[in-house]
Amino acid sequence: MIENTGAIDKDIYRALGLRDEDYRRIIRILGREPSPTELAMFSVEWSEHCGYSRSRSLLKKLPRKGRYRVLIGEDSGGIVMGDSAIVFKMESHNHPSQLEPKQGAATGVGGIIRDIFTAGARPIASLNSLRFGPLSEPYNRYLLKGVVDGIQFYGNCLGVPTVGGEVYFDESYSGNCLVNAMSIGIARKDKLARARAQGAGNSIIYVGSSTGRDGIGGCSVLASQEFGEGDEKRPSVQIGDPFTEKCLIEATLEALSRGGIVGIKDMGAAGLTCSISEMAFDGKAGIDADLDKVPRREEGMEPWEVMMSESQERMLVCVKKGREDEVMRIFHKWDLNAVRIGEVTGEKVVRIRNKGRIVAEIPPDALADAPIFKMSSKRPAGSGRIKRLNARKLPVPEDLNKVFTKLISSPTIASKEWIYRQYDHMVQAKTISLPGSDAAVLRLEGTKKGIAAATDCNGLYCYLDPYRGAQIAVSEAARNIACSGAEPAAVTDCLNFGNPDKEETYWYFENAVKGIADSCRFFGIPVVSGNVSFYNESPKGPVYPTPAIGMIGIIDDTARLCTRGFKNEDDIIILFGETKEELGASEYLKEIHGVVRGPVPEINLEREKRIRTAVLECIKKGYLNSAHDCSEGGLAVAVAESCFGDGRRILGAVIDNLKEKIRLDALLFGESQSRVIASANKIMFNQVRKIAEKEGAPVTVIGRAGGRRLSIFRGQRKVVDVPVKSLYKTWSLSIEKRLERGS
Amino acid sequence: MRFAIVVFPGSNCDRDCHYAANKVLGEKAVFVWHKAKRFPDADCVILPGGFSYGDYLRTGAIARFSPIMKHIVDFAGRGGLVIGICNGFQILLEAGLLPGAMLRNSGLRFICKYVHIKTENASTPFTASCGAGRVLEIPIAHNEGNFYIDGKGLKELEENGQIVFRYCEADGKVTKKANPNGAVSNIAGIVNKRGNVLGMMPHPERASESALGSEDGALIFKSIIDHAGKR
Repeated sequence: MIENTGAIDKDIYRALGLRDEDYRRIIRILGREPSPTELAMFSVEWSEHCGYSRSRSLLKKLPRKGRYRVLIGEDSGGIVMGDSAIVFKMESHNHPSQLEPKQGAATGVGGIIRDIFTAGARPIASLNSLRFGPLSEPYNRYLLKGVVDGIQFYGNCLGVPTVGGEVYFDESYSGNCLVNAMSIGIARKDKLARARAQGAGNSIIYVGSSTGRDGIGGCSVLASQEFGEGDEKRPSVQIGDPFTEKCLIEATLEALSRGGIVGIKDMGAAGLTCSISEMAFDGKAGIDADLDKVPRREEGMEPWEVMMSESQERMLVCVKKGREDEVMRIFHKWDLNAVRIGEVTGEKVVRIRNKGRIVAEIPPDALADAPIFKMSSKRPAGSGRIKRLNARKLPVPEDLNKVFTKLISSPTIASKEWIYRQYDHMVQAKTISLPGSDAAVLRLEGTKKGIAAATDCNGLYCYLDPYRGAQIAVSEAARNIACSGAEPAAVTDCLNFGNPDKEETYWYFENAVKGIADSCRFFGIPVVSGNVSFYNESPKGPVYPTPAIGMIGIIDDTARLCTRGFKNEDDIIILFGETKEELGASEYLKEIHGVVRGPVPEINLEREKRIRTAVLECIKKGYLNSAHDCSEGGLAVAVAESCFGDGRRILGAVIDNLKEKIRLDALLFGESQSRVIASANKIMFNQVRKIAEKEGAPVTVIGRAGGRRLSIFRGQRKVVDVPVKSLYKTWSLSIEKRLERGS
Repeated sequence: MRFAIVVFPGSNCDRDCHYAANKVLGEKAVFVWHKAKRFPDADCVILPGGFSYGDYLRTGAIARFSPIMKHIVDFAGRGGLVIGICNGFQILLEAGLLPGAMLRNSGLRFICKYVHIKTENASTPFTASCGAGRVLEIPIAHNEGNFYIDGKGLKELEENGQIVFRYCEADGKVTKKANPNGAVSNIAGIVNKRGNVLGMMPHPERASESALGSEDGALIFKSIIDHAGKR
């Protein structure tokens, strides 16, 4: 029996993030006051980060059916393709990165990769979705440098290529950057592992790094509360050791391939508490564990500290009785700790012992079943007004060359080469589309197939119109996947929002989730995994609602891979879709006119699907030589990016067949959705048109590739005319220059 | 022929080397654990890229003390072919099998990209299929590839024809601009005096198939295979 230690002070449980009614519920469940260790365990398991109290009911709306069989695991999800399972997930590490960018980002990468190999899959690629405030502020430059350093430090050492992602810069992220890491792994479908503890008498084995005081309260105190002014929470940031993780990957996959393992789970957020209680819960069993056996790196740790620690690179394994030595030998071969700390029991109780005494005794169901909160939402005042734009008050600039050059050097649009150069994006020898296209593409050994992956989300769109913004994020991710020649297959999401207890913030969340659910359902793309990150607020206010979408797609024949760069002189340039007079919410408005408002471009899912299908069909038939989604910066920027390709060969272009009778700036820089810039040999156009007509997709030849200049005409008038190499230089060096000269 | 690929804890290009040697070039390849008591029969040993022991200290500084290194020194002493790629090159330097040392890249950042390298010596067992002066397009991916050697050492390397690869422009010109990491004299790869131990920073195993962007790396594997066949 557990000793009665008396009632716990309000201030203590409140500081741990528990409400008065939560505390009363704990007493009801236990039939007594909780011990300090038990209180700590409830506080982390019921934190928003682990328990999803504020989001669970809405997330149920996300569709889970698609063309491929869907796998929903305990820590990640995926799809089945033939004999293989593709497992993937995206997760946030925003608050730790804001405080300590290198370690915050590094451990974010480490954590998401553990979620993949704990499922028995070998991690084959990482992506990331990053948001920072303007680079004119020194702290934001420090953050960008530190985050990139953390990602390269961890990912490069592991030998998991960082193949893609996206970065946006906006004032709203000053004070709360977003660092979302996505990882993809592949396994034989019959070798997938579960995160369960089952079979009374089986052993519970702790493997990996020793436990220290780092990261205590990371999920509850740090991830589930808003930022204050200070950085006194820095001790809650964990420290990453990629070398140990690399050994852990190899040892885990080796051990799983030999058998003898019932279940395995990583110790991420909420550390031992989470892995013990959730493995017991998912296995409908109990676990009896002795903390004295847990390898420590610090003296004198209290039992609650051991249970809450978020020290990195640790896993918990449930091993069949009698096979412990065999499994432990593999981990020892990799010079890792592997210690039996307990066993599975038949009673549904998680029992924790310390120095011969029982310090916690809780039914796992109670820990896993975090309370579900009734949330209320309210449309923010003024949310209708900011969607209106009086474009007549905005003059069309005279010198469009200058405007174009300025726009293309805006960090959100500029090349991310300074970033991806620092990532090993080729290790594992699977990367068949180098960075600088719409999606990353990885080949699958022994087959003709490939996996395409992309991340997407325009936070400004979601701020102005969360429902439409989320639909656009899904649509654009799918368009990016299609432009690489792949069929969109499945989604993971990372939903970054402010404090959900504020009704206005919850309104954004609710509408964004609806937007994702409706568009994914319409396209038949399942959401197989994801993560919610609330409390992304600084004293200046919440970040833009940022529901980042990570999507993967399948290419049946990688010989038909498509990239965004123009390939040949005299290829025709084709526009799929139509340009409308839509200036609202554009990067052009923000950068050139300093206006953040206006209607978000329209999105019609039916039309989007037709255009995407037409483009993909043309790629599969081999009619197109390049394809590129038209997004931030509009048509002019998309054409320029196709001129640049991956930087190894740069071609000019002449665009001389734009017939839309709309404002010139909207024509060039407006962000109408469902558009793709493609190129093809001119003898292919008839075939392209036939497919487009069959699908009901508008298609126009707007110009041709070649030469050394990028020239855009409206009628007879040349409205843009720039040497393409100097434009490339501006675009490719913009971020580096801003970091160096500090503005 | 048979390649032996050494696996240190933290090696991460071991599987890629295996794939290139076995799946692309059709030769036998085996992994050798760094604590292996017996060293397998092999015609060529590959020390692959990665972060052996995390490389938290100087790169390769711990790996050189690994039990396998004694066998590799013996193997090289008997004239066996050894190729160290990236981290493997760093380990060969630390182990004293090759002269010089590795510094952090002059830009102080990790660099991953395709570069051009010029074959400066095509009469080694590793480069015979390349041909003299041939420019190869092969990617680099490293944080410490800034090869350093003093003036006397450099002179010796030059006189003995030990400089095998230099970073260059696409047309083969060896320029400062083409040097990605600040390496002395644009050095990307060197051999020992005897010519049977090669260290190179670029990754030929990542550039042995057109799907990956270049097949030039396969020329290095082919040279090794031809050489082994002749013996």
